[in-house]
Amino acid sequence: MRFLFKTDYEDDIRLFPHSGYVVSYGILLAFLVVAPFVLSSYLISQLVFVCIYATVGVGLMILTGFTGQASLGHAAFLAIGAYTAAYLQQYNVPFPVYFLAGGLLTAVVGALVGFPALRLQGIYLVIATISFAFIVEEVLARWESVTHGNEGMRVKTLSLFGQAVPQNGPTFYFLCLGVLILTIVGTLNLLRSPTGRAFVAIRDSETAARSMGVNVSLYKVKSFAISAGITGLAGVLFAHKLSFISPEMFTLQLSIEFIIVILIGGTFSLHGAVLGAIFLVMIDPFLTYLKDDLPGIIAGIAATFGAGKDTAANVQSNVAAIASANGLKGAIYGVIIVLFVLFEPLGLYGRWLKIKLFFQLFPLYKRATFKRQKIYVKSERNR
Amino acid sequence: MLDFVQQLVSGIALGCVYGLIALGFVLVYKATEVVNFAQGDLMMLGGFFAFTFIGMLGLNYWLGFAGAVIAMAAFGMLAERVVVRPILGYPQFSIIMATIGLGYFLRSVVGMIWGTDDFKIDTPFSNGVLRIGSLVLAYDKLSVIAATVILCALLYLFFNRTTLGTAMRASSENMLAAYYMGIPVKRVVSIVWAISAAVATAAGVLLAPITFIHSNVGLVLGLKAFPAAVLGGFGSIPGAVVGGVLIGVIESMAGFYLPQGWKDVAPYLVLLVVLLLKPEGLFGVHTRKKV
Repeated sequence: MRFLFKTDYEDDIRLFPHSGYVVSYGILLAFLVVAPFVLSSYLISQLVFVCIYATVGVGLMILTGFTGQASLGHAAFLAIGAYTAAYLQQYNVPFPVYFLAGGLLTAVVGALVGFPALRLQGIYLVIATISFAFIVEEVLARWESVTHGNEGMRVKTLSLFGQAVPQNGPTFYFLCLGVLILTIVGTLNLLRSPTGRAFVAIRDSETAARSMGVNVSLYKVKSFAISAGITGLAGVLFAHKLSFISPEMFTLQLSIEFIIVILIGGTFSLHGAVLGAIFLVMIDPFLTYLKDDLPGIIAGIAATFGAGKDTAANVQSNVAAIASANGLKGAIYGVIIVLFVLFEPLGLYGRWLKIKLFFQLFPLYKRATFKRQKIYVKSERNR
Repeated sequence: MLDFVQQLVSGIALGCVYGLIALGFVLVYKATEVVNFAQGDLMMLGGFFAFTFIGMLGLNYWLGFAGAVIAMAAFGMLAERVVVRPILGYPQFSIIMATIGLGYFLRSVVGMIWGTDDFKIDTPFSNGVLRIGSLVLAYDKLSVIAATVILCALLYLFFNRTTLGTAMRASSENMLAAYYMGIPVKRVVSIVWAISAAVATAAGVLLAPITFIHSNVGLVLGLKAFPAAVLGGFGSIPGAVVGGVLIGVIESMAGFYLPQGWKDVAPYLVLLVVLLLKPEGLFGVHTRKKV
């Protein structure tokens, strides 16, 4: 067991508290660099999606996890980034310019959404962001001179410094990975700066933050703008990855998926955004795998427990029928969300911390360490 | 002028459905300060129960209606017990996510059991129309309006005049204090969920002749019911219905008089404006924050 003695503030805000961090992140980075040359192209494509979702997750984490402002409208920010890229690309604007322009424009829109959101809290904020997302979706569908309406827009292959970067190649993967890493490092720096501390103060208690001299409105708008900006950057990459965008891709469903990313990952740490993105992107291939192989496996188990040949075949066809039923994915999503909220509110990263602590304190670990304190519901109307 | 009245009536009828779903939100919110994002899906499930009783088993309409309401009240209690009670008292966002998850689950399971087609329930007032001069009003729309008025009045009386209603209001104000006063808070919350699921079922069954029922109807209408509830000021029963009617009328007027596309956006634009100018809603009480 290692004890970290912190003697000044610099020790406390260090990005790598001790050498173990450098080693483990170094190994991770080495794996990610080697990955495109080892893994299949399908897995690389999934990894690109992980990077994009994780970038959005980091953006959403700043707003929801660290400033405490829930948003169910992040698909709209993603859409604005994606459409900016597709629109500017038509005029042969180089990638770095429209990449930044996409982020900037989305940040401005985010700030504009942030102003009305200042007066709103909790459920009202959630509903307002949903409404905003609906309006953006409808505008994209109707503003045909710019967005081509429901026909959607083709996004040409990305070209960087005169080189074509196909969306399935390793270069595009490195680009997405680079953006993700830069976003994470930037966000970590932001969070240990006065701005980030102000965000956390607002999350924990708005009244306390205000009485300590934090300009709550200013920092809330900032949080909205930064969160939206990062999502816009991810949107540009998203547009290139799919190479075709249309309004019906950016629905409430997608916003909910982003919330699922941070909820499943764990809303208190940036690790959560990445873990949640991995979970959300990889669940699809995993379900497909289950759909194909589960019936055979269950029939095999039934056979080993002495079921007759007919029964086993029967079991197999029944399981196959359930597994291939339409919309099973939705039910699994629903169950996963509910189970995480009920039993693992700290998410995957919380689970990892629990496991780590269990081994660190081996015989002394107690469950209560991570237990949330239950509060009794008092009316928000009188609060 | 005639067009206007026609649009007005169909807007009011649609708005009453929004209002009924919003009533469900408001009931749960009033009693537990929880927002149930699966309310629309409870309505959808209620509609499917009614369809099973009436359309498939061939029961009498009123009998099937009552059966669906009772079944859904039980289901509401079950959902509360399994999904909501363990996290009551935790940050509101957890409960919102849990109910979103519940909604996903219900939509998908209904889709698997009943299929994804549109279904229709035959009602005693499916086809008739009421003629006043040259004005033609369909009975099914009028039935929605009448049922909404009756339900709203009943619930208003229930909350303000009965002991149980008072207990519900007390437990929403302060759960711990309510518990100390001898109110069985858990049972109260359970009953609220049962009532709200029953109201949702009524909405679903009344809606069935107008828009048909399919597995996504709850999502579509549930999201429209949010502006209604917010417009009325989330904690007010008459507010929910008035808000619903306003949203319904705005939507049908926008569909008739404005270019295409405004119909779907108009309710949300109104919602944003209301949130900006009067965040507590039309019927909400403005309160001051205590530290």
